[in-house]
Amino acid sequence: MPRRSLSPRLPTGRTLAWAVLILALLVTVFPFYWMLRTALTPAHQLLADNSGLWPHHPTLINFKRVIGLTSLAQNQAAGGSGAQLNFLLYLRNSLIYCALIATVQTFCCAMAGYALARLRFRGRNLLFSLFVMSLMVPPIFTLLPNFALMKNLGWLGSFAGMVAPTLLMTPFAVFFLRQFFLSIPREIEEAATIDGAGKWTQFWQVIVPMSRGPLFTIGLITAVWAWKDYLWPLLVGPDPSTRVLTAGLGIFLQQSPNTAPDWTGLMAASVLTVVPVALLLIFFGKRLVESMGFTGIK
Amino acid sequence: MAGGASQTRERAGTAREARAEARDRTGHRPRPGPRRRGDGPVALLFLAPVLLGFAVFYVYPAIRGAYFSTTDYNLLSAPHGVGAANYSTLLHDPLFWNSLKVSAYYVVLNVGSQTVLAVVLAGLMFRLTRSVAIRVMLLLPWLVPNVTVGLLFLWLFDADLGLVNHVLSSVGVGTHGWFSSTTWSMPTIALTNTWAYTGYTALLLYAGMLQIPDPIYEAALLDGAGEIRMFFRLTLPLIRPVLALVLVVSVIGSFQIFDTVAITPSPGGPVNSTRVIYYYIYELAFKHFEMGYASAVAMTLVLILGVLTMVQMRLLRASRSDLA
Repeated sequence: MPRRSLSPRLPTGRTLAWAVLILALLVTVFPFYWMLRTALTPAHQLLADNSGLWPHHPTLINFKRVIGLTSLAQNQAAGGSGAQLNFLLYLRNSLIYCALIATVQTFCCAMAGYALARLRFRGRNLLFSLFVMSLMVPPIFTLLPNFALMKNLGWLGSFAGMVAPTLLMTPFAVFFLRQFFLSIPREIEEAATIDGAGKWTQFWQVIVPMSRGPLFTIGLITAVWAWKDYLWPLLVGPDPSTRVLTAGLGIFLQQSPNTAPDWTGLMAASVLTVVPVALLLIFFGKRLVESMGFTGIK
Repeated sequence: MAGGASQTRERAGTAREARAEARDRTGHRPRPGPRRRGDGPVALLFLAPVLLGFAVFYVYPAIRGAYFSTTDYNLLSAPHGVGAANYSTLLHDPLFWNSLKVSAYYVVLNVGSQTVLAVVLAGLMFRLTRSVAIRVMLLLPWLVPNVTVGLLFLWLFDADLGLVNHVLSSVGVGTHGWFSSTTWSMPTIALTNTWAYTGYTALLLYAGMLQIPDPIYEAALLDGAGEIRMFFRLTLPLIRPVLALVLVVSVIGSFQIFDTVAITPSPGGPVNSTRVIYYYIYELAFKHFEMGYASAVAMTLVLILGVLTMVQMRLLRASRSDLA
């Protein structure tokens, strides 16, 4: 790609522009650093030790107590309220929640996206318009009856209830994948048709293998959305056995005394919600940012 | 937009099929018949899981939500029809009107600041660098749950121990109880989400800027245009369709703020100053168990967002690009 740079006759402007950009990056990253720094500070030193860039006596006790490795007495000594914390379990629940939704939803929506992009059947355009229309409905509108449904089915407090509404589809994923399949040249399938393969075989043996990249990307994005989910998993699976990280954080904060919140513990737990997505960025960041023109709003 | 392109492609496909059919009539059948008659049965196989999910968790609840909004449903006993009573209550409910006002205030603060910052940031990146590392860093806040971001800012803006007050007092500026002040709570929440979403928004705009052809800038440079002039005269007008869509998506998204408000020490407060509409609906349904009335408010939100989207699309002429 040809490099479009500022004209060389403006060195001051160029320096200033870089300064603003670097400042923006610092503002973006600094709060994460502060989160980590707080998590590594002993609770009783929080007031005294808040000026240096690194804690004077860094400790892992806050991480140990949020993942449930310490005794009640140790928790209270380290500034905790004594409420039992088990963020390792919530981390596991979050990972199950995200993995289930991301894999199943991606495959179901890929099948539907392919049908909408490539197969000819009655009502195709009507169905597609319905999906597009439902993109605009605010989630809270369907959340209320969906909660009532889960309650009637007796699925409250189960993984089944938590994943049900998004397991099979979201209109966005169908829309995204349809747009993607439209961009694959038809000739490839035509070649496969001549070889005698039916649509079903073509899809699984030709289309899916050659679309691994985009399918993986939409899977990643779905996983990130599931990772950020708060209200639905909180309403449907609030018990420790199904509690996800975001719900765990919210509940931890509520249990923490209002006058003196357990900041070091809260930040240690927060770090746990950042590490997995930070790892995703390190390994797949390039893929994510390069797909943005397409995934965002195209 | 993509919709237009796909339609063109479909039309091209139909033309190709028409030609194939014409060949068929001349007696040269390139392949056996079934393909010509549509793919109904196999399409059903492909669509079955999604149709099931859509019917059970989108269509059925939408109908049920509309029905609930005309009842006194409370999640415990069976709903009784009350006609339009919920809607007339809503018209006279000061908390409802307040929630609209508070939401609108938040949308203006958040979308306004975030869009301006994102446009500047995207413009700078576009003319300075193609670095993937920078883009990845800017995306990080967006990937983190809103609850985490909210919690982090509760800590940074904590009245007693927070870093912000610490820095402010050390430079001699007055400190605030940010989240406990009716004046400051909403702007602080807006700032929190502006931090979380500016990078993401900037990347969307940046992706739009990458579509602008290079020679336009080369010509402008030859004509002696400065960078700032090029930004306002070339970049901004040329990304208008992307900018319009980003604005529509941001406004709709911001109107539905919930997580950040829900984890503040006094959600909705102090004194209703942060009771946004989403949080109000949540309170009605899950704290007061007024599912019927909550559905009526949610139904109203659907209408408001629908109208808002249409008005914005009109105003911004989103579908027309100067590059097309």
